[in-house]
Amino acid sequence: MSEVLERRDAVARLLADRGDLLVVTGLGSPTYDVHAAGDHDANYYLWGAMGGASLVGLGLAQAQSSRRVLVITGDGEQLMALGGLSTIAAAHPTNLDIIVLDNEHYGETGMQTSHTGLGIDLAAVAAALGFEDSRVVTTTEQLAQLIADRAVAATGPRLAVLKIRAENLPRSMPSRDAVFIKNRFRAHLGLPPN
Amino acid sequence: MDELAAATEINWPAGVHEVFRRAGVGLVTYVPDAGHTALIELCAADDDMVTNVLTTEEEGVAIATGAWLGGKRSAILMQSSGVGNCINMLSLPVIARVPLLLLVTMRGEWAEFNPWQNPMGRATQASLEAIGVTVLRAETAVDVVETVEQATTMAYDGDQQIAVLLGQRLLGKKRW
Repeated sequence: MSEVLERRDAVARLLADRGDLLVVTGLGSPTYDVHAAGDHDANYYLWGAMGGASLVGLGLAQAQSSRRVLVITGDGEQLMALGGLSTIAAAHPTNLDIIVLDNEHYGETGMQTSHTGLGIDLAAVAAALGFEDSRVVTTTEQLAQLIADRAVAATGPRLAVLKIRAENLPRSMPSRDAVFIKNRFRAHLGLPPN
Repeated sequence: MDELAAATEINWPAGVHEVFRRAGVGLVTYVPDAGHTALIELCAADDDMVTNVLTTEEEGVAIATGAWLGGKRSAILMQSSGVGNCINMLSLPVIARVPLLLLVTMRGEWAEFNPWQNPMGRATQASLEAIGVTVLRAETAVDVVETVEQATTMAYDGDQQIAVLLGQRLLGKKRW
């Protein structure tokens, strides 16, 4: 891999001016990266349910159509839901952005090479499915452009693959109590626990 | 006769659709099954409901969780074979105590012509219960509507994960 981003820095930049953004994270390092950028009531962290992050994002986007939803997940997690990208494209939400932090490896389980390391291009998949915007980001300049572009309202789902260095950073762990995080998230939206 | 009784009298899909409306279900996801055809059409035609077609049933479980996080009630329609696709994803609503309502049309248990349906048909209830989902069965049209109606209370008011299995006897023999 040639030029790549540092994951914690990239995620911190994505969330620096998050405004009223609602964030869903994929299990493993993306959950730690988002937590490291600052815990927030409007974050829903997944610690399991591999393949579910972007679809949790879809359901949330459909329920909260006036809020922008950002899913931050990893290449392995998103690869498990290639079909889910079809479902998202068909549902065509206008408030859902997906960020794939792509180190081309299964970082949590021993750094085995993933499909993206074997030539599978997730941005090209999203483009073929009709995502409004789909791109690969490898430099801080491209990241700054992405952040500027994502601040503009969309007319369909958007996906960006951020190529990042394959490394295991110290974990920054949010609560693993899914009920607590759920109730905190719903309270942020003015919703009761049930 | 009120709307619900009238709908039930005619057919269970209309009754279930009315139950969904009363319970405030705003999102319905599905992998199609012949037994769900009429209900899917009713939900798709309802301006108060969003419908998503899925490539695999586990997507519906994740979508339902996201929808609940955002304040929307949802239901998932699938065939018994699809339950096997959902198992790990069901960890999410179970561990997060998110309301979940699955309507599962059964195959492999009554006048089944295709033996490939039998293994998952046998495993449906056991695998749902193994992951922590409460299973209810309905065998008649009236049963279906009543069972789904009370399941909406258990799910949305009681934070439970409920699957209602619609018996293959109710759905009738598939014509080949």
